[in-house]
Amino acid sequence: MMIGLIDTGCANLASVRFALERAGLDYRVISAPSRMEGCDRFILPGVGAAGPAMMRLREAGWDAALKADRRPLLGICLGMQMLFERSAEGDVDCLGLIPGAIEKLPAADDGIWPHMGWNALETLDPDEPLLAGIEAGSHVYFVHGFYAPPGPVTAATCSYGRPVSALVRQGHVAGCQFHPERSGVAGARVLANFAASSV
Amino acid sequence: MLARRIIPCLDVRDGRVVKGVRFRDHEDVGDIVDLARRYAREGADELVFYDIAASARGRTVEPEWVSAVARELDIPFCVAGGIRSVDDARARLFAGADKISVNTPALENPSIIDQLAAEFGSQCVVLGVDSRVIEGAWRVHQYTGDPDKTVIGHRRTLDWIAEGVDRGAGEVVLNCMDQDGVRDGYDVEQLQAARAVCSTPLIASGGAGQKEHFKSVFELAKVDGALAASVFHKGVIEIGQLKAWLGGEGIRVRP
Repeated sequence: MMIGLIDTGCANLASVRFALERAGLDYRVISAPSRMEGCDRFILPGVGAAGPAMMRLREAGWDAALKADRRPLLGICLGMQMLFERSAEGDVDCLGLIPGAIEKLPAADDGIWPHMGWNALETLDPDEPLLAGIEAGSHVYFVHGFYAPPGPVTAATCSYGRPVSALVRQGHVAGCQFHPERSGVAGARVLANFAASSV
Repeated sequence: MLARRIIPCLDVRDGRVVKGVRFRDHEDVGDIVDLARRYAREGADELVFYDIAASARGRTVEPEWVSAVARELDIPFCVAGGIRSVDDARARLFAGADKISVNTPALENPSIIDQLAAEFGSQCVVLGVDSRVIEGAWRVHQYTGDPDKTVIGHRRTLDWIAEGVDRGAGEVVLNCMDQDGVRDGYDVEQLQAARAVCSTPLIASGGAGQKEHFKSVFELAKVDGALAASVFHKGVIEIGQLKAWLGGEGIRVRP
């Protein structure tokens, strides 16, 4: 099982790489769609802003390649947000692999923004393979100022003044808003589940 | 619901973790990776590494130890100390740090906050503020890593926090210097005032000595996290026990 870790040139790959290494999972950093061969599934990590990140994805041809591919894909944080159709961050078109749009996350009741810290997961879809073996209410680490409002694709939420999509899935495409690579034991389990799952 | 964070701060000098009292007389308390691993295991929610000599000596932190820490840790961590440019920040973030914190360089050149936020997103950019009472007002200090080079800034602390957030900082760590290392409790009054002007997450620093100090700073100043060093390094407070106690007192923490 080989994970292709997509390098857009603007994401911080180090923490995801180290998390895969700690979990004993094989991966290959791939910087162009021409390198996708030989990989069984893909992770699209992301930090930074949606506009520049989408621009670099398009420049490298990732938008067409990912749309055409059917292997499992996991987007992390900004990587998850780019799976949707549009993002209000920079008002950009995204990959469109998951229906819906990313919106600006309103400040919580106490006026604090962005959403930063450990928040409890609430599972909506008990059959979601990425959440197998993860206890209800487990805390995972979030850092984001934009969000996916919960919808039909939402498999788990957390609460930040309102429900926030924490994990989404549309067929073979999944995304987590939190950082599994920085979410302790629960996060490591999500990555292991991704490597082992059939979708 | 979001949990309040307990954040051990590791002051780093020459590759070792040190701790001083009121920014003086640093003593060696251990190896960086060993301590990082220990705190993560005990339940720390996040770690901050402060290269305390970096700004004062005009050098920057070494990404090698950042990378070594990132390999070990499965919780987020922030690197601070002498980050003067977008390239300095990139090196640390790409070595595996989740956030970078700017303090002195932001005072010298406030636009670096805007630059860092534009390049990496506000979520990566922490504004570190060292503050104490001078002439009846909370004011910002500079060059706190080396007592011989410490100079008094003219900015008022609350104005500076508001400006930093406006420029794009995604989090503020307010270190109340009068309390630093003396374990007499956080400066709740100053942190309350900071909370009122800070719309991003706010982290309290300076003064933790007993578990009750954490409870009161969360309850009274509504900070998102509480940072401490000596009480953790010296084993005065064990993080797992602290969090269990806080949970029992009604403070929402990650178990």
